[in-house]
Amino acid sequence: MTLADHLPILPIIIPALAAPIALLVMRRRRALGIVISLVSCLAMLAAALTLMAGVSDGTIMAYALGDWPAPFGIVLVADRLAAMMLVLTATLALLALLHALVTRADRKGWHFHPLFQFQLMGLNGAFLTGDLFNLFVFFEVLLIASYGLMLHGQGPARLKAGVQYVVVNLVGSSLFLIALGMLYALTGTLNMADMGLRVAAVAPEDQGLLRIAGLLLVSVFALKAAVAPLHLWLPRTYAVSTPAVAALFAIMTKVGVYSIIRVVPQVFGESAGAAAWVPAPYLLPAAMVSAGVGFAGVFVARSLSEQAAYAVIGSTGTLLIAVAGWTPESLGAALYYLAHSTLAAAALFMVADVTARRRGAFADSASPGPAFAGRGGIALLFMAAAIAATGLPPLSGFIGKLLILKSVAGLPDWGWAWGVILVTTFIGVVGFARVGSAVFWKSAPDSSAPAASTSRRDLAAPVLALALLAALSAGAGWASAYADAAAAQVLDPAQSAAAVLTERTP
Amino acid sequence: MSYEFLVASAIGVLVAGGIFLALRARTFQVVLGLTLFSYAVNLFLFASGRLVIGRPPIWDKAVTEYTDPLPQALVLTAIVITFGMTAFVVILALRSFLETGSDHVDGDTVPCDAQDGSADGEDTRL
Repeated sequence: MTLADHLPILPIIIPALAAPIALLVMRRRRALGIVISLVSCLAMLAAALTLMAGVSDGTIMAYALGDWPAPFGIVLVADRLAAMMLVLTATLALLALLHALVTRADRKGWHFHPLFQFQLMGLNGAFLTGDLFNLFVFFEVLLIASYGLMLHGQGPARLKAGVQYVVVNLVGSSLFLIALGMLYALTGTLNMADMGLRVAAVAPEDQGLLRIAGLLLVSVFALKAAVAPLHLWLPRTYAVSTPAVAALFAIMTKVGVYSIIRVVPQVFGESAGAAAWVPAPYLLPAAMVSAGVGFAGVFVARSLSEQAAYAVIGSTGTLLIAVAGWTPESLGAALYYLAHSTLAAAALFMVADVTARRRGAFADSASPGPAFAGRGGIALLFMAAAIAATGLPPLSGFIGKLLILKSVAGLPDWGWAWGVILVTTFIGVVGFARVGSAVFWKSAPDSSAPAASTSRRDLAAPVLALALLAALSAGAGWASAYADAAAAQVLDPAQSAAAVLTERTP
Repeated sequence: MSYEFLVASAIGVLVAGGIFLALRARTFQVVLGLTLFSYAVNLFLFASGRLVIGRPPIWDKAVTEYTDPLPQALVLTAIVITFGMTAFVVILALRSFLETGSDHVDGDTVPCDAQDGSADGEDTRL
């Protein structure tokens, strides 16, 4: 085995090493800890890009942990979808880390950098693993780190929202375990590829149990993805989190979406016999309701960060409308929109933070406040982020929504999907325009002196996020071709089963 | 009554109690509910390898019938994770109560004085 064969495990190893080292050196040398955190993120991005280059020709890399052969040991699977999610995570992590550093948000507590790295380890692991129980373990890793990050900075509001967030996720984890227990009892395996081959052989009298297990599993993923009616935990949690952390959390809901995309075709796909596509009929209505709820929340939000949180729900809904088609075209469009909406949500949270830092006591509330220095520039940033979040040209959201509309046009429920996407886009545009004009055009009559204006350095991360969205728009041809190829690969579970289960090293 | 019935009804009772408590308004009851629920989940996970009595989980030449060792490993992992999470949520609930002065999960700020049971008509002075 050469070093290149160990590439798939690098995105997990790097943060797993960086976190404890950062923890050890932080007390004595803060700067060194920050350097370790930054270097780890850069190394992760490099590893993810190398992995992406390696799998872009359609090969599926299977990595047997401890060299145990596939159905018995745990296997990591790197395909186009996993590589894409890894690159997205690393990019987002760099943006969030940059924002945390320039706004000094990481100085509010001692353990920001170690927790940040553990969070990334959990995310990368969840994207790479090919084993359902291992997916549960990585979910727990990323959740435990996220509890710490969410509470970073403390304060009564965070603690109160934190209790709810933790309780909701503990219930979710328990349900995840129940679904896993049922699936293991029925199929005798936890390897996703192996399970996909075995569900067809489940006895007819056990089909009811199998359906329950599948629906329970998808419900848990929907809880993580904040799909209506399981979205109620998200707005308060994200709105009170430290903005740099909220920007990173933009990918947490996408982990749920990723798990749905990964597990449903592979385990409950065409070959699943009687249980084929069990969760499919429920996904589209739930997705449409969450798109509606999300953009309605954007319309009535009382603060910029709350608005950004509702935009996350809305974009997840839009994304799942496309996923629920389960055709290569719609799934490809969904993956392109997934990359876009993650970066757009992060940009919104960071712009909200940048605005709040300049408005003193008014913070980011959606009401007229004092006129602050550089308001025009930040208003432009907010407009660009809002354009990205609602999907207007010229940023990549427009292309994403266009691809989704085009791909669902051939499906039976296309009228509903078109109606919901177009109406929610309109509601979102009006909502962002309302809040933007209140915050950036009006001034409170008795506005007190604004807070000491900060330097413009904190604009770096949001500007960079928007530049990436512009790049995603400019490179849409290449990006959507990659997304289509990834979707085709995901919808053909036989390919990955062949790659995973023949990986028998002598 | 069979062994299976005993385990199944135990899981059922634990789940019922756990869900009832998890839906209560106070953090202490919710934490207890989550703990009961996780016990039920661990038992369920253990039973997913089928219930057999007196069979070894480890390979041996003299043995022809085994119990499935994998669920036992899974349960061990799940127990460790839930134990850690329970410890965390207890501390978090305590911090939240001390800082906000309210142990209500729904976010309502109920002053400490009103929490002796008179607020929601319950008698907690046991």
